[in-house]
Amino acid sequence: MPSIAKPPIRHPALPVNELGLAERDYEGAMSTLCAGCGHDAVTAAIVRALWEVAVPPHMVVKLSGIGCSAKTTAYFLRGAHGFNGVHGRMAPLATGVGAANSDLLLIGISGDGDSLSIGIGHLVHLIRRNLRMIYVIENNGVYGLTKGQLSASADVGSTSSKGTPGVIQPVDPMLLGLSLGATFLARGFSGDKAQLVPILKAATAHRGLALIDVISPCVSFNDHEGSTKSYRFTREHDVQVTTTDFVEPRPELLTAIGPVGITDLTLHDGTRVRARALPEGYDPGDRDAVGAYLREAHDRGEVATGILYVDPSRPTLHELLRVVPRPLAGLPYADLCPGAAELERFGES
Amino acid sequence: MTATPWAEEAAATRAPQVNELALRIATVNGTGSSSANNLLMRAIFRMGIPVSGKNIFPSNIQGLPTWYEIRVSGAGHTARARNPDLLVAMNTQTRERDVAAVRPGGCVLWDSTSPLERAGERGDVTLLGIPIARMCAEEFHNPRERILLQNVVYAGAVTALLGIDPAVTATLIDERYRRRPRLGEANRRAFRIGEEYARQHFPCPLPCHVEPMQATGGSIIVDGNTATALGCIYAGATVAAWYPITPSTSVMDAFTAFARRSRRDPMTGLSTCMIVQAEDELASIGTVIGAGWAGARAFTATSGPGLSLMQALLGLAYYTEIPAVVFDVQRAGPSTGMPTRTQQADLLAAAHASHGDTAHILLFPGDPAECFDFAVRAFDLAEHFQTPVLVLSDTDIGMNDWVVPRLRWDDTYAPDRGRVLGAAEVEAAGEYHRYADADADGVAARTLPGVSPAAAYYTRGSGHNRLAGYTEDPDEYREVVDRLARKHAAAGGWVPEPVIEARPGASVGLVTLGSGGPAVREAVEMLRAQGVAADCMRLRGYPFPEAVFRFLEGHAFCFVVEQNRDAQLRTLLLESGAGSERLGSVLLYGGEPITAGEVSDAVLVQLRRREE
Repeated sequence: MPSIAKPPIRHPALPVNELGLAERDYEGAMSTLCAGCGHDAVTAAIVRALWEVAVPPHMVVKLSGIGCSAKTTAYFLRGAHGFNGVHGRMAPLATGVGAANSDLLLIGISGDGDSLSIGIGHLVHLIRRNLRMIYVIENNGVYGLTKGQLSASADVGSTSSKGTPGVIQPVDPMLLGLSLGATFLARGFSGDKAQLVPILKAATAHRGLALIDVISPCVSFNDHEGSTKSYRFTREHDVQVTTTDFVEPRPELLTAIGPVGITDLTLHDGTRVRARALPEGYDPGDRDAVGAYLREAHDRGEVATGILYVDPSRPTLHELLRVVPRPLAGLPYADLCPGAAELERFGES
Repeated sequence: MTATPWAEEAAATRAPQVNELALRIATVNGTGSSSANNLLMRAIFRMGIPVSGKNIFPSNIQGLPTWYEIRVSGAGHTARARNPDLLVAMNTQTRERDVAAVRPGGCVLWDSTSPLERAGERGDVTLLGIPIARMCAEEFHNPRERILLQNVVYAGAVTALLGIDPAVTATLIDERYRRRPRLGEANRRAFRIGEEYARQHFPCPLPCHVEPMQATGGSIIVDGNTATALGCIYAGATVAAWYPITPSTSVMDAFTAFARRSRRDPMTGLSTCMIVQAEDELASIGTVIGAGWAGARAFTATSGPGLSLMQALLGLAYYTEIPAVVFDVQRAGPSTGMPTRTQQADLLAAAHASHGDTAHILLFPGDPAECFDFAVRAFDLAEHFQTPVLVLSDTDIGMNDWVVPRLRWDDTYAPDRGRVLGAAEVEAAGEYHRYADADADGVAARTLPGVSPAAAYYTRGSGHNRLAGYTEDPDEYREVVDRLARKHAAAGGWVPEPVIEARPGASVGLVTLGSGGPAVREAVEMLRAQGVAADCMRLRGYPFPEAVFRFLEGHAFCFVVEQNRDAQLRTLLLESGAGSERLGSVLLYGGEPITAGEVSDAVLVQLRRREE
């Protein structure tokens, strides 16, 4: 993946966050994606969200598989380690990184081919394990780098750039996640940064796996009339189920929340996320109702967006396996080796 | 090689001696014979006599034939013996074949409850009938016990027949059932029934029998998978990921058990390692690579089919230079093959795992003691060279009980974490590039995530240059892959040296690896008795150290003795620069542990052919 470094010089008057860093400090190399690619807008939203929550860049690890989406990890957060692995295997690599160092904030950028075809088995089990990670699927319904084959998320009837309609049922990562006990499910649209940024900020505070499906149109191979993953279709059919006001973890703000129609989601670090339900009665904590709503919305041809479902109560992988909450990679060797005297006692003689 | 039917070659077997015998116990799997078999092996061991136990079992839960073989050798030979001196024939399905294999003059202990059907046409073996099922039915009421305790009855009879010290077996039974006294009492009764029956009806002990020695002091009984797991604990591994697969599963079972004991945070009681049972082998190696990249010592254990699935990710780790440790407990392939049978047929798949130009570091432990040592070395090598290290054992080493010297640990050991830069070093240098500034071995310094923004770099499995940037430039691409080749070659100076046993004037060399060691060493003695002076060399690591080639060049002809059809070790030697004209093969790949007789027969046949 070609990448062109940006000059690190910045204007002294640029606004800075709590760490004294400008938004530009959260950027990466220049994108080499097609002009107008939805993925670049997702990258911009990630930069904004991480800057606003003031995550120290070096405490983030960027992970990806293979595909256009995978390239984007080079385009943000140059101060973070990045790992662009092999096709479909981002989840196992992330599991290893998270296992080794639980202090790191993992951000995985995947695509519909990477996550819903070749890597779907790993996604399924990552959801089950509830590893702490932000997992973004840049979903455009098409294989871009191999020039336009429909992917597993392409809707039945949605046509490829060559005019061939999809005939096989699509995989909806949100319904998949819901059935597996996912703890944070959100859908965004690359064309709506105002909605995506607070979703991403809420995801940074989630203790487990935050799975975010972002409809991110492919301008080269899937933005035509007849596609259900085009800018136009998504704009026309986007139904915001919730709007998200990210609330900083400051106690004084908490008392201000609670009007009817608003769901407060308290995350493990005390952060509260306020999700305002737009359709009357939508409750992002009611798993069965969310599932029914999403299925009906899809049947109506709607693209339901917003924070769709959150369950902050389920334990994370480290808690499930009863592993110390410190980075295993940093444990001193002396604490790990039982020593010669212990080995003397081993074995029958 | 020539495959000789057991019965034919039986005639050539040596005369019975004290402390030189083989016992074969044929049972049906799932009937609970393993604890009785184990009791016999351990009792002989506690009498101070060198002994080995081989479990030849089916890939099945219940109902198929299974054998347990105990080789007693005062001379210290631990390879499998071809022909048993005493057969315990508890499986009517296989009785004919089992009896046919008994050494002429040997004995067959059988259950005479039901009349003996054809026991093979053998006038030269002694049949010792014991009404085992009938006595168990009379003595015990619980139907499950009636079956299980049949094993203990024959163990009692064998104890009398072979002259095993009953005080030792009594102690072993007491130890095993200390917490289950009722079961202990039933076992003692069953054992006594068999023992007394044998003493009353047969001349005990038999001519081939055991007598106490003092040759096992300082030794322990252990299987390779358990020793491997212990090595991982001592190496400081903190992340383990795996998918269950025979015959490697007990590596992770043992690691889990050891971790439960010795990897508890004293303050919280929480574990200081994470064991992930993954969804498949792609996920297990992926998790290991992710953890290695982030600075943890991480490993997986698998077997051939799992290794096949790991190929793409092993190539990633090779090209992006990430430490990873893989224990491949080899079984008989290809495909599902024979999952519980032993082979050394993953050598080439492991050496070059993944597409493109890849070459990995391999270690070949020869017994459980080396499984322990090499586990630790594997982590050191993986981190030193920032690359996957594959440790290749097999079913024979991994799952069988071996008598080895007590495992030792040097408390001054410090892990070789390789070239890893911390925040201060990176920030002082001002600039960091992942693959620049390689040392003489071709190793460049890496950094770990979470250290410093100045340490950040981008790992990519796509073409990259020395600065870790994307490239499609031929020179930049070649610069990196050529360095990887240099790095791999340098590892030849770091893997364990071969074990060479040489005597003056020997012109023939036997080359082997892994579980082939005991049979080849014994074959050298058998060949000497036939007037052939041979040296032997057991390889322990790849890329091959210089000493390997000196040995090959120092002999007029060498035979590579390996357990696969296609001469994979020989191929690897040729590929590494050995000359083909003076390198022959002995290929033993039926899936059962090899015997010295098979090796020496094959060598003699080929030497004769060469003379003609």
